[in-house]
Amino acid sequence: MAQVQIRSRHIWSHLVLSVWSVLVLFPLWIMVINSFKTKLAIYKSPFGLPDQWTLNGYISVFSRSSFPRYFLNSIVVTTVSIVGVILLASLAAYAIVRWKSRVSTAVFLFFLAGMMIPIRIGSINLLMIIRSLGLLDKLVGLFPIYIAMGMPIGVFVLTEFMRSVPTELIQAAYIDGAGNFRIFRQIVLPLTRPAMATVAIFNLVVLWNDLWFPLIFIRSESQRTLMLGVTRLFGQYQTDWTLILATLTVATVPIVLLYVLMAKQFIAGLTAGAIKG
Amino acid sequence: MHQRPRTTALFPVWIWYMLPGLIVYTLFMAIPLFKSLQLSLYTGSGFRIETFVGFDNYRRLLTQGEVARRFWGAFGNTWIFFLVHMIVQNSLGLLFALLLSSEALKWKSVYRTIIFIPATLAIVVTGFLWKLLLNPQWGAVNIFLKGVGLESLVRPWLGLEGTSLIVISLVSSWQWVGIPTMIFLSALQSISSDVFEAADIDGSSAWSTFWRIKLPLIWPIMGVVAILTFTNNFNAFDVVFAMAGANGPPGYSTDILGTYFYRVGIAGEHPVGIPDMGLGASVASIIFGVLFVGVLLMRSVFQSDGTDGTGK
Repeated sequence: MAQVQIRSRHIWSHLVLSVWSVLVLFPLWIMVINSFKTKLAIYKSPFGLPDQWTLNGYISVFSRSSFPRYFLNSIVVTTVSIVGVILLASLAAYAIVRWKSRVSTAVFLFFLAGMMIPIRIGSINLLMIIRSLGLLDKLVGLFPIYIAMGMPIGVFVLTEFMRSVPTELIQAAYIDGAGNFRIFRQIVLPLTRPAMATVAIFNLVVLWNDLWFPLIFIRSESQRTLMLGVTRLFGQYQTDWTLILATLTVATVPIVLLYVLMAKQFIAGLTAGAIKG
Repeated sequence: MHQRPRTTALFPVWIWYMLPGLIVYTLFMAIPLFKSLQLSLYTGSGFRIETFVGFDNYRRLLTQGEVARRFWGAFGNTWIFFLVHMIVQNSLGLLFALLLSSEALKWKSVYRTIIFIPATLAIVVTGFLWKLLLNPQWGAVNIFLKGVGLESLVRPWLGLEGTSLIVISLVSSWQWVGIPTMIFLSALQSISSDVFEAADIDGSSAWSTFWRIKLPLIWPIMGVVAILTFTNNFNAFDVVFAMAGANGPPGYSTDILGTYFYRVGIAGEHPVGIPDMGLGASVASIIFGVLFVGVLLMRSVFQSDGTDGTGK
C-alpha cells in the first residue's frame, strides 16, 4: 500500500520535473539547431534538425564581425577581475581571521554591507570617477569596478572558510618560526582552494554576463565586451537569424559547458551569496 | 604561548593585508554609493553638477508633470516585476525543491542540473532568445500554441501593453528559478529524516506534512529567498533592456526603475539625449531607500513569525 503510494507520487514528480526540463532545454535546442540552418529553413521548419547543415553563421561570426575581439575582451576582463578579487579578498580574509580585534570585525562588516547593496546605484558617481581617471571607454576602467564588486562575496566566503582551518596548524607553523605571510602562502591558501573555486565561479558568471557597466562606460568597437556586442545584434543584422543565433550560441556555450562539467561547484558558487546565516 | 608579540604595535601588520582590498572597495563601491546619494541634492549640466538645490530633484521626480508620471509608472511596474518573481519563481522553486528532496527519486541530479542551467546564461542572451521565440512572425511560442489548438491565444506577446511586462517577468523567472530551488533544497535536506518518519508513522498525509512540518521549518529560509528576490529585482535592468529596450515600449508599460534610471541619469531621455545626473541620482537614492526599508521590514516579518516553529 505505502509502496504504491510512493510510486504514484514519483510519477507526478517526474511529470512536473520533466515538463520543466523540456521548457528549459527546448529554447536552447531552438537556438543551437537553428544556428546551423539557412534563413529559409529557419522559417520553414524551426523545430527539427536541419536538412542541410550550414556553418555560414559561425563563419560570419568569426570572420566578418568583431566578435572575436569582443570575446577576447570579455575573457581578459573576467580573468583579470577574478584574479584580483581572489588575491585581495584572500589577503583581507586572512587578516580578518587571524587578527582578533574590533577593527577586523568592523572591516568584515563593512565588506559584508556590500552584499546587500547593488553597486549600480552608485553608477553616476562611478561614471564621474572613471572619467576623471581618464578610463572612460577603456576596458581597463572595468577592472577596479569589477574587483570592488566581487570583494563582499569574496571576503565573506573566504573568511568563513579560513575560520575552519585548524588553529593548531597555524600555531605549529608559528612556533616553527614561519612568518605570517609564509603561513598564509603555504598553509592557508592551499587549504582554501575549494572556497576560491566558489568565489571564482560566482564572479565568472556575474562578470562574464554583465551588461550594465560596459553599456555605460564603453563606446568604441575595440573595447566592447561580448554582452555589449550581443545587444547590438538586432540593430546590425536585423533579420540574419542564422548569424544572430550563431552569436548567441557562441556567447553561451563556454559557460554552459563549464557548468555541465562542474555543476556541483557552480550551484554552490551561485547560491553562496544567499546563505549567510 | 608566545602568540603575537608583533601584533601589539599601534598599527598591526594585519592592516597591510586588508589595505589593498579596502582601498579598491572603498574607492569604487562605498564612496560612489554615498556620493551618488549626495549628488541627488545637486543639479547642473553634463558632468558639472555643482548647484545645490536641496530636495528639488525629489520634488520634480515625485510631483512634476511628465517626470513624475514616468517615475510613478516605472515605480509601479517595478513592483509588478518583483511580485511576479515572488509568486511564480519562488513557488516553482519551492515545488521543485520539495520534489527533488525525495530520497528515492531517480534522475534527480539530472533534473537539478537542468533546472539550474538558465541561471548560468547571460541575461542578455536569455532576453534575446525569448524575444525570438515570442516573435509574432516566426516565434516558436505562437507556432506551438497553434499546434496544440490554442490559436485564440496567439498574439504579439511583447507588443501589447497588457502582456509585455508580465511576459518579461516570466522569462526572468524562468532564468532564475534555479537559485530558490537550490536554497530550498539545501534547507529541506538539512531537516532530519527522523522528523518525516515520525510523521509517517503518525499517519500524517503528504499534504499535512508539508503544511505542519516542512513549511514552518523552512520559514526562515523563505525570508532569505524573499529578501534575495527583492534586492535582485528591484534594480533589474538587463532583461527588460534586452527584450524591450530602454524606453519601456509599448507605451512605457515595461518601464521599470532600472530603465528609468538609465534613461534619466545616464543615457538621457529620448529626443534630447542629455542626462540629468542630479535627477538620476535621486532615482538611485529612492531605489536605495526602498531596498533598505524593504529588507528591514522583511527581516522582521520572517524572523518574528519563524522563531516559534524552528525550535532554534
